[in-house]
Amino acid sequence: MAPVMDGDLVRQDAATLASAMQAGEVSSAEITQACLDRIDAVDGEVHAFLYVDKDAALASARVVDEQRASCAQLGPLAGVPLALKDVLTMRGVPTTCGSRILEGWRPPYDSTVVERLREAGVVILGKTNMDEFAMGSSTEHSAYGPTRNPWDLERIPGGSGGGSAAALAAFEAPLAIGTDTGGSIRQPAAVTGTVGVKPTYGGVSRYGLVALASSLDQAGPCARTVMDAALLHQAIAGHDPRDSTSINAPVPDVVAAARNADIRGMKIGLVRELGGEGYQDGVRQRFDEAVTVLTDLGAEVVEVSCPNFEYALAAYYLILPSEASSNLARFDGMRYGLRVGDDDQASVEEVMSQTREAGFGAEVKRRIMLGTYALSSGYYDAYYGQAQKVRTLISRDFAAAFDQADVLISPTAPTTAFRIGEKVDDPLAMYLNDIATIPVNLAGNCAMSVPIGLAPEDGLPVGLQIMAPALADDRLYRAGSALEQALVDKWGHELIEEVPAL
Amino acid sequence: MAQISREEVQHLAHLARLELTDEETAHYAEQLSAIVDAVARVSDVAAQDIPPTSHPIPVTNVFREDVAKPGLPRDEVAAAAPSWEDDRFKVPRILGED
Amino acid sequence: MSSTTNTRMAFDQALERFEPVLGLETHVELGTASKMFCSCATEFGQDPNTQVCPVCLGLPGSLPVVNAVAVESTIRMGLALHCDIASWCRFARKNYFYPDMPKDYQVSQYDEPLCTNGYLDVTVATDDGPREFRVEIERVHMEEDTGKLTHAGGDTGRIHGADYSLVDYNRAGIPLIEIVTKPIVGTGALAPLVARAYVTELRDLMRSLGVSDVRMDQGSLRCDVNVSLAPAGEPWGTRSETKNVNSLRSVERAVRSEIERQAAVLADGGRVIQETRHFHEDTGETTPGRSKEHAEDYRYFPEPDLVPVAPSAEWVEELRGTLPEVPSVRRARLQEQWGISDLEMQTLVNAEALDLVEETIAAGVDQAAARKWWTGEFTRMANEQGVALADLGITSSHISRVESLIADGSLTDKLARQVFEGVVAGEGDVDAVIAGRGLVVVGDDSTLLAAIETALAEQPDVAEKIRGGKVQAAGAIVGAVMKATKGQADAAKVRALLLAHLGVEG
Repeated sequence: MAPVMDGDLVRQDAATLASAMQAGEVSSAEITQACLDRIDAVDGEVHAFLYVDKDAALASARVVDEQRASCAQLGPLAGVPLALKDVLTMRGVPTTCGSRILEGWRPPYDSTVVERLREAGVVILGKTNMDEFAMGSSTEHSAYGPTRNPWDLERIPGGSGGGSAAALAAFEAPLAIGTDTGGSIRQPAAVTGTVGVKPTYGGVSRYGLVALASSLDQAGPCARTVMDAALLHQAIAGHDPRDSTSINAPVPDVVAAARNADIRGMKIGLVRELGGEGYQDGVRQRFDEAVTVLTDLGAEVVEVSCPNFEYALAAYYLILPSEASSNLARFDGMRYGLRVGDDDQASVEEVMSQTREAGFGAEVKRRIMLGTYALSSGYYDAYYGQAQKVRTLISRDFAAAFDQADVLISPTAPTTAFRIGEKVDDPLAMYLNDIATIPVNLAGNCAMSVPIGLAPEDGLPVGLQIMAPALADDRLYRAGSALEQALVDKWGHELIEEVPAL
Repeated sequence: MAQISREEVQHLAHLARLELTDEETAHYAEQLSAIVDAVARVSDVAAQDIPPTSHPIPVTNVFREDVAKPGLPRDEVAAAAPSWEDDRFKVPRILGED
Repeated sequence: MSSTTNTRMAFDQALERFEPVLGLETHVELGTASKMFCSCATEFGQDPNTQVCPVCLGLPGSLPVVNAVAVESTIRMGLALHCDIASWCRFARKNYFYPDMPKDYQVSQYDEPLCTNGYLDVTVATDDGPREFRVEIERVHMEEDTGKLTHAGGDTGRIHGADYSLVDYNRAGIPLIEIVTKPIVGTGALAPLVARAYVTELRDLMRSLGVSDVRMDQGSLRCDVNVSLAPAGEPWGTRSETKNVNSLRSVERAVRSEIERQAAVLADGGRVIQETRHFHEDTGETTPGRSKEHAEDYRYFPEPDLVPVAPSAEWVEELRGTLPEVPSVRRARLQEQWGISDLEMQTLVNAEALDLVEETIAAGVDQAAARKWWTGEFTRMANEQGVALADLGITSSHISRVESLIADGSLTDKLARQVFEGVVAGEGDVDAVIAGRGLVVVGDDSTLLAAIETALAEQPDVAEKIRGGKVQAAGAIVGAVMKATKGQADAAKVRALLLAHLGVEG
């Protein structure tokens, strides 16, 4: 029998590594060591990781290897290494959320996502870089310095989960966890040529996910293939009694859907409002080509209109800062994390204010003040209240569109990766990155970004977003997998193979 | 054109416990005004009869049984504290109250 | 100490000129086993920061889940107060920074309380007999308690002048129910009594529902007292809000004090400031706290981490079926059943002994004896020890046992008191105390006669008097015998024996 694997360990996808381990061709410890070596070799340049615990990773890899040797029943991802976004708590491991204010904090508890990863035997390599408290689309707003895009080190890897996406594209880890509040899984996936999924709100527990905006946040899988994302999705999803907003229903069979990959007869809605003006030429070109591929695969592509999507960005930048201003209040220097200015004379109010001033970066302060403004008496109805009504309108638009189509599609981001520093103090320009991804967060349904090629003008990856109704996450995988296979067939290889050597 | 003055920025910063520098205050006054202008368009569409959405997925009545379980060991609680004394979190003096 | 001394107008004079309007906001800790949003225990008096977890410490990433019993308790309280129960309501976040609040927001209910529009009837004793008032309830809602601050350094132990503070979060997240009245008008000079009667009735109601044991000594009931004055026939004036009034007596005093203070301000042509004030137990006065004119902006919004509470009609009806008898109805029933006077019932209620007496009678003890023990000896012992009557450690079975020993002559009243002292001191149950202390009635005649003869020999003059017919002189000999037997003899029996021994008619 031919070996499962061919070539460099770190370039393999998770499913292949898992099969190779099952076949006894390689151990988890070897794979983990290979990833750690790769991190040693390239992370100085990429800076995807904020923290790597080699000993702990190797120890958990060896545990899986021992279990396998004793013929224990193991999950499909047992022994596969993973990079965890630094916004999820992991007992005893520093969790900074990319912020100075949490420097040195070691949570005394595991997030549910980490708990499920441990149960699945997944080997956690370390914590990945992110925009501070997930506020940003470039990972430049990390207090610990930016992450660089492996496709071009002068460019951003997207954000807020740029670290997780870059770790995949730099072959530092085959799997990663991201969180998506307005596109923080999907946009980094798009600009790094990887796959990212925002599950249905409530599909993956938020317990232990340090909240940015509670009604929008959702953790999800990041991977280099749709199948890997499905396997990871399956491992982390499902009801959790510790999260009141967790959905108490069976997880859609996303792995079967990824395997099925048949979209003949599927109705795909092209959202008129998410495209055209403001979208880079190369993005539009690759998107149009992908639509042709989908049609060739037997899908019926129809145009749908979601007229209120136009207001999504505005509503989002009211709801998010409002919730964030409250969620981030607890970082006051009293119980954990940074404390500044406590000289035995200063009052508690002064110490809190100095701590927060020193501990938060510019974007976080900007959004906290915006949220404080939107919620304050006299403005609530005009801003927060109205934004919540827009939210209803967006949900109605989705409902109407899903009457006409099984899934909806759009470019994931309007542009390819931009240069580091280009938009860092231009919040409005930065916010436009999320224009296509935000509606899904507002309505709570699910979406995926799949790579569809490189933009001709800059040679950088372009992503296509697939959106499905709440609880129909399996449709994302069916359509995403079909598109991925067709493109790989067309190119003769996976897009990620084209990443320049580091 | 929404105009958020420096005084207003300072008031917001106080509510949010941020001790901004003068430079930041001026910068944020300008940026917040522009952002508020951009987001104010939510008022254009949302008519009276549209119900607001606070929770994206409509779920109600999620409760927990009233059963007490052990919490965290106190040494772990203390380990994170910036300042700790007599088994309690030590915090600076509180002003503004009698 | 109070930072200012208030000028006050005499109460009667104030009431001649002004009509008081009251409002009461009462916070009560529910008696659940676990906290409002997490599984931490709620036991009072545990070591600091030992009943905390990521949720009630507000650690990053933690999430709240609502305690089902807290919701049930609130609905039951709402039903007992004749409220409407919302068919759908949400929690809200009240945002403000304070070190006793782990998340720097409090999860509460804002414009969507669980219960609204109820009432509670209260009775106040007046010179013209009892008068009933209906106190209308605006709302009943759920929220979470804050941690406990201890102020250190400085020399007063108070927040003002302290060098720093220490925080214990054991209390943080304990479920609170807040009951808010509508403005209470038309009470006139009875305002302080109505306020007190309302809080008393509320307390009894919560106890009878079993939703809280309402330990006021542990701060589990806290009252904010709003008072405003209006010149007779004119619109209401500006109100003050006196915070954290923690005893029934203080509620009455705080209302009285505010009426007197505001009357003096208004009479002097001044203006009452809308502000929060603090009540001082020592002086009975209030002093100003934060002025509401620089009010915090709490930026309420629906709590996104919790889903709405939507009690079905069936659930509400099921809970309605669990409501016990209303306290005032119960008092009337027991009063009739036991055949006691208004005054006797009032004595029981004031002593907080009603439940205990009822239980004791149920255990087979005569009602007069049960009342006598609880309002007499036991109340004295409780006061002496500074504990609540119910915490004395005496149960109805103790009393029942002691009463049966008295009935068969094995104990005297005096010995019985010693038995209860022993029980309270933790020496064991009734029989263990009797054995441990050797408390037996010295009953055999020969022992008593020997003691009588000794006493007579020591006091020959007294013996002569008795022989001469001065029967009242027997007391000295009986006293001596009681002393000799360390109080363990039955005095009546000693007296009878003595007289028989001397051949004198009793």
